[in-house]
Amino acid sequence: MRIRSITTLLCSGALLAGMSLTTSCNSGGSGSGSDTTNKSSDDNTLLGAGSTFVYPLFSKMFAEYNTQTQLKVNYQSIGSGGGILQLTNKTVDFGDSDAPLNDEQATKIGVPVLHIPMCSGAVAISYNLPDLKDTLKLTPVVLTQIFAGDIKTWNDKAIAAVNPGVKLPNLPIVVAHRSDGSGTTNIFTTYLMKVDSADWGKIGKGSAVNWPGSTIGGKGTEGVAGTIKQTPGAIGYIELAYAVQNKMAFAKLQNKSGNYITPSVASTTAAGNVTIPADSKVSLSNTEAADGYPISGFTWAIIYKEQNYNGRSLDRATKLVKLLWWNIHDGQKFAEPLTYAPLPANAVTVAEAILKSATYDGKPILQ
Amino acid sequence: MMESLSFNKEAIVSSPEITRKSWLQRWLLRVIPYAMNNEKSATVTKTKAKTTNRSSKQIRWENFFRNALVWIAVAMVVLMLGVFVTLCIQSIPSFKALGLKYLWGRTWDPVNEVYGAWPFLIGTLLTSFTALIISIPFSFAVAIFLGEYYPNGWLSNFLRNAVELIAAVPSVIYGFWGLFVLVPIVRKLESGIGAPPFGVGIFSASLVLAIMVIPYAASLSRELIRLVPSHLKEGAYALGATRYEVIMKVILPYTKSGLLAGVLLSLGRALGETMAVTMVIGNSSAIPSGKFFLFGPGNTMASVIANEFTEAATTTYLSALIELGLVLFLVTVVINMIGKRIISRFTNE
Repeated sequence: MRIRSITTLLCSGALLAGMSLTTSCNSGGSGSGSDTTNKSSDDNTLLGAGSTFVYPLFSKMFAEYNTQTQLKVNYQSIGSGGGILQLTNKTVDFGDSDAPLNDEQATKIGVPVLHIPMCSGAVAISYNLPDLKDTLKLTPVVLTQIFAGDIKTWNDKAIAAVNPGVKLPNLPIVVAHRSDGSGTTNIFTTYLMKVDSADWGKIGKGSAVNWPGSTIGGKGTEGVAGTIKQTPGAIGYIELAYAVQNKMAFAKLQNKSGNYITPSVASTTAAGNVTIPADSKVSLSNTEAADGYPISGFTWAIIYKEQNYNGRSLDRATKLVKLLWWNIHDGQKFAEPLTYAPLPANAVTVAEAILKSATYDGKPILQ
Repeated sequence: MMESLSFNKEAIVSSPEITRKSWLQRWLLRVIPYAMNNEKSATVTKTKAKTTNRSSKQIRWENFFRNALVWIAVAMVVLMLGVFVTLCIQSIPSFKALGLKYLWGRTWDPVNEVYGAWPFLIGTLLTSFTALIISIPFSFAVAIFLGEYYPNGWLSNFLRNAVELIAAVPSVIYGFWGLFVLVPIVRKLESGIGAPPFGVGIFSASLVLAIMVIPYAASLSRELIRLVPSHLKEGAYALGATRYEVIMKVILPYTKSGLLAGVLLSLGRALGETMAVTMVIGNSSAIPSGKFFLFGPGNTMASVIANEFTEAATTTYLSALIELGLVLFLVTVVINMIGKRIISRFTNE
């Protein structure tokens, strides 16, 4: 009796161990999501995942679309990188990213994908200088040197030179940045890299970078905004929508044409008024447009070019493409009230052409 | 001793300590002998056999119950191993790319794919131990007060619940409270003593952590202090000891291994805390240094993982974050082992 119970125990223990090990190994690889939710979930719900930046706009758009067409869209704002990973694993119908796929991501996904611009957003440079009456002006080089830690106090000559007649305090500059990986960081560092690679080259661009010196990382936009609001002498980058809604001070930034531009919906849309390549993968930062705000970028919905994968139905593919078509046309009117910049006309034309190139069994979905 | 037994009519195992134990401890004491099948269980079954005849149904139930307990215990061990193996497997790409240098590398640069865990290792240990040092006087004071001075009554109940409530508050709330209340106070303190006035940093994180871990050491210590046999204390009083002397010379020495275990529990909590820390630590991968190293911004391993996991786009990056989890796992294990050694040394004395 004793012996038997001990053997059963041992056997069951081994079984349990084996089970947990196999599951742990399975969940290891990133490509394990082949049994997708697409097949099982009902065909009237599309799944999306990605950028947190675009989430407020998407919820508004999808709610409106739902009342018009009864189609449900379940969008999870898990971050751009996560959205791309989910699309790679084929667990969602579309991803959304604030940056185009990088080489490694493109290799991993293996097949052609389409980037469809959804709207653009600006990154504002917000600061906390309690006694400053005027709006701070910054040039690209001064901005880079502040974030690289080369300019350490507010009364530095370089800052004074672009703000003539403004009395700047003798305060140490506290740089605030996002501590979580973020598309906002990506847009911002891409800009710094473009305008001043001499000062910023060693740091590079990405959704998380190695910030030099003693900087303060805040978790999420609200974390950075909290640091800026509380710390006299702080400067940081946050999404324009957040800065506007929370009435934070933000700097005028000199663009490529030499004009000092206040970030706004209009100046962000203006930034998109450049030649957009056929694949729409363009960085809007440091725009050529004379009245465009220089730190801005598109957010892209990302879908597979060939929609017949993993046993998806034509119906589902059509619904997806139609949804994105609506987003770049009728959906755009919801952007401005939420401080997102609607797509300029040229971007819409490019996006239309891209959506028309989506196929099902090699045949175009939209005629 | 006879007195305490006569009060205790429901005790099955004849032990004087049972009178003051919680339901959980009482239940464990009833259950452990069955599961371990040792001498004690034999005495228990003997006493039971005297009063009732056991049916085969009862025996089956006893066996089932014992097996279920062993199963669950084994499952826990297997789960632990599973987590460990998963972490190891997923760390392989990062280990291949960076090797052992990962452990003492000082740069964390996702752009150039150079990862070093050293700043976060230091940050984790620094915040946890600072928090522990701050929290110990408070948790022991609460424990002595509630265990010895006011063991019963509404005030005691109220205080005990209040302390335990500290553990029930979600950590994100401590993070917010820390960010909006504590950080400005720390900033004032920093400008007062001439440190760079960041507000956020290692010290703020340690303060928040200290508050969060107080209930763990306090609750366990209080229970143990209440379990000190009254004949020991009464003996000391009879010899003319004051209350302070009884606490210092009888209660604390009698419970010291348990008190250390409580501290260890607090430490474990502090090492792994993520949300509250990440909101007030400043999230900088610079290694704290200089005269005011406690006030500078830093980062902990758990906080880095939570921050960067969602946007880790490359395989090495993701793997480096998982390896950070593995390091945290190992650090916790090592610290626990050292703690156990210290406890056993104290007990053997």
